[in-house]
Amino acid sequence: MSNPVQLLERLSTVRGLRGSVLVSAADGLIVAESLMTGVDGRAVAALAASLMNRLRRATESAGRREPVFLQLQAQGGSVLATPCGPDLVLVAVAGPDANVGLARLEMLEAAGKVA
Amino acid sequence: MRTVEPWVTEPLERFLAESSARLTLLMTSAGQVVAQHGFTRSVDVMTAAALGAAIMASTGEIAKLVGESNFLSLAHQGARQHVFLSAFETPRGRWIGLVVFDAESTVGLVQLFFERLVKELAAAAPQQVPEQQVLPENFERELNASLRALFGR
Repeated sequence: MSNPVQLLERLSTVRGLRGSVLVSAADGLIVAESLMTGVDGRAVAALAASLMNRLRRATESAGRREPVFLQLQAQGGSVLATPCGPDLVLVAVAGPDANVGLARLEMLEAAGKVA
Repeated sequence: MRTVEPWVTEPLERFLAESSARLTLLMTSAGQVVAQHGFTRSVDVMTAAALGAAIMASTGEIAKLVGESNFLSLAHQGARQHVFLSAFETPRGRWIGLVVFDAESTVGLVQLFFERLVKELAAAAPQQVPEQQVLPENFERELNASLRALFGR
């Protein structure tokens, strides 16, 4: 497993990303974070983990196995999330100007290294 | 959900909806129940309140031993159900919250929304009322009145 803080810092170089956080899927608590000020990391972690757990149940109920990537688009930007194995979730907060395609690639690569 | 103090109702309803808690108990630090959700038997409420208050008192003593002023909260992880306990200040004195949750929620979510509940309770609390002295002759009457409010019986 690579150093999670280094992976999050690398993610923060993607244009438009306001930060990222590695969350424990079971309890919604932060494992590592790299967030800009003004982003409530604890709230993002708890809510994104809960959302990912529910999505996991939904996709499994539909016979579609694990979700791979979540992009939740809001008016002021997006919340991106991807599971890192069964125990962790990688969550990124993106502004409206973010390069979401590059963020997705970087997140999936980081998730593979963390899992 | 049942409350002894009506101003607790709205913030507590919001907390329950957002946190997906199964059981919730708000009590004074002495173990006197202020509100409850999910309990069906009064004996369970009284037992949980007494145990919750005792746990917080015990951890308070441990905090002193290790040089902390107090521990704010603690979480017990179970196989299927978990317990979150937290003491907090209100305009009515120190209260304790006991929350039981399962796989529908997480400790992170419960903690997050509990902090919001504490803020909302502080804002909703009416101005300080003179504290009533608990006299032995009133104790049983007040206990019964609380139980009626909490269980509608």
